[in-house]
Amino acid sequence: MNNKVANLTRGFLKENPVFVLLLGMCPTLGTTTSAINGLGMGLATAFVLVMSNLVISLIKGFIPDKVRIPAFIVVIASFVTIVDLLMQGYLPALHAQLGLFIPLIVVNCIVLGRAEAFASKNGAIDSILDGLGMGLGFSFALTVLGGVREILGSGALFGFPLHIFPTDDKGSPITMIVFILAPGAFLVLGYLIAIIRKINN
Amino acid sequence: MGNKPESTFANMVIRLLIIVVIAALALSLVYTQTFDTIQAAKKAKLEKAIGQVVPQFDTLKVIRVMPATGKDSLTFYEAYASGEKVGTAVKTYTDKGFGGRFTIMVGFDPKGIIINTAVLEFKETPGLGDKMSKSKSGWSNQFNGKNPASFKLKVTKDGGDVEAITAATISSRAFCDATKRAYEALKSEGGIDE
Repeated sequence: MNNKVANLTRGFLKENPVFVLLLGMCPTLGTTTSAINGLGMGLATAFVLVMSNLVISLIKGFIPDKVRIPAFIVVIASFVTIVDLLMQGYLPALHAQLGLFIPLIVVNCIVLGRAEAFASKNGAIDSILDGLGMGLGFSFALTVLGGVREILGSGALFGFPLHIFPTDDKGSPITMIVFILAPGAFLVLGYLIAIIRKINN
Repeated sequence: MGNKPESTFANMVIRLLIIVVIAALALSLVYTQTFDTIQAAKKAKLEKAIGQVVPQFDTLKVIRVMPATGKDSLTFYEAYASGEKVGTAVKTYTDKGFGGRFTIMVGFDPKGIIINTAVLEFKETPGLGDKMSKSKSGWSNQFNGKNPASFKLKVTKDGGDVEAITAATISSRAFCDATKRAYEALKSEGGIDE
């Protein structure tokens, strides 16, 4: 039973995919301009992780070893396309924001990494827990990163203005725009990794 | 786990094929199931944008027009209320944006005066260029009620009448470019009563 709990919680802090394993850096740096974008990207990835982990753990006995990577990629790509279609239909506003990055979940190394390192060696329940833990850990990391960048760069959190910055003569806040641009992503990520390391040690 | 299939050629080809066929079937099922919803969502978004830039209407006439400048066609949505033309929403674009192409909707009344504008899709920098979007700032309201025949669609730095967004002159120029393209196409198509 302890094992099951460990499978679920491992992805959160101890083996957090972003802060500790440093996997999936492309969507991490690219999409986290606001907390809601980070959360949306994280949850989409989590869904793909759980579903692909489940399916791969079920069909692992069916796949010959030498073609396992192509088989995994087919499974992962199918679920990514499903997420893409569902988001277009039911969450068009979020899809417009994340658009380009959704198909890139296919090449997110966390998903293939967990398929290869965990789901291809473990049972269905454990694989779901692992996918859920890793996916939520990824969502958590992206939301925190997006939140910090949004506060410093736009003076808001989840789209609500915080009024922490002085305003210019037209009434719009003077913020540290660099945090919304690409360099800010690296800066914030570096500090967050340092903080998580301190906690884990 | 002991009965893992051997990696013989036939085994690899057949088993991979089975997986691919199942994946293709699953995808085609999801595609057909979501097709109507996706189309409806796209249509709702478009109609919302048209509704923002032209007065109340009951029928729309859609026309595609090739502009004098630019590579792709523009779409005119002529809005009619009880048989009378109340305005034209022009879906226009620019390739001069800081993040590449973006599309906006510009509404003109029958005299060619800009009623309102709405941003459809853009990749401008968050915090800077995205101020062109109504949800971020009222910047684009300065176009409302202006007649491009007398109002120069250029930023003040280039000798025009449009006050640029602070620190986002490129985005502002691009917005003017898209609006100008819409106006000129509308004019050359005879969509403006003199």
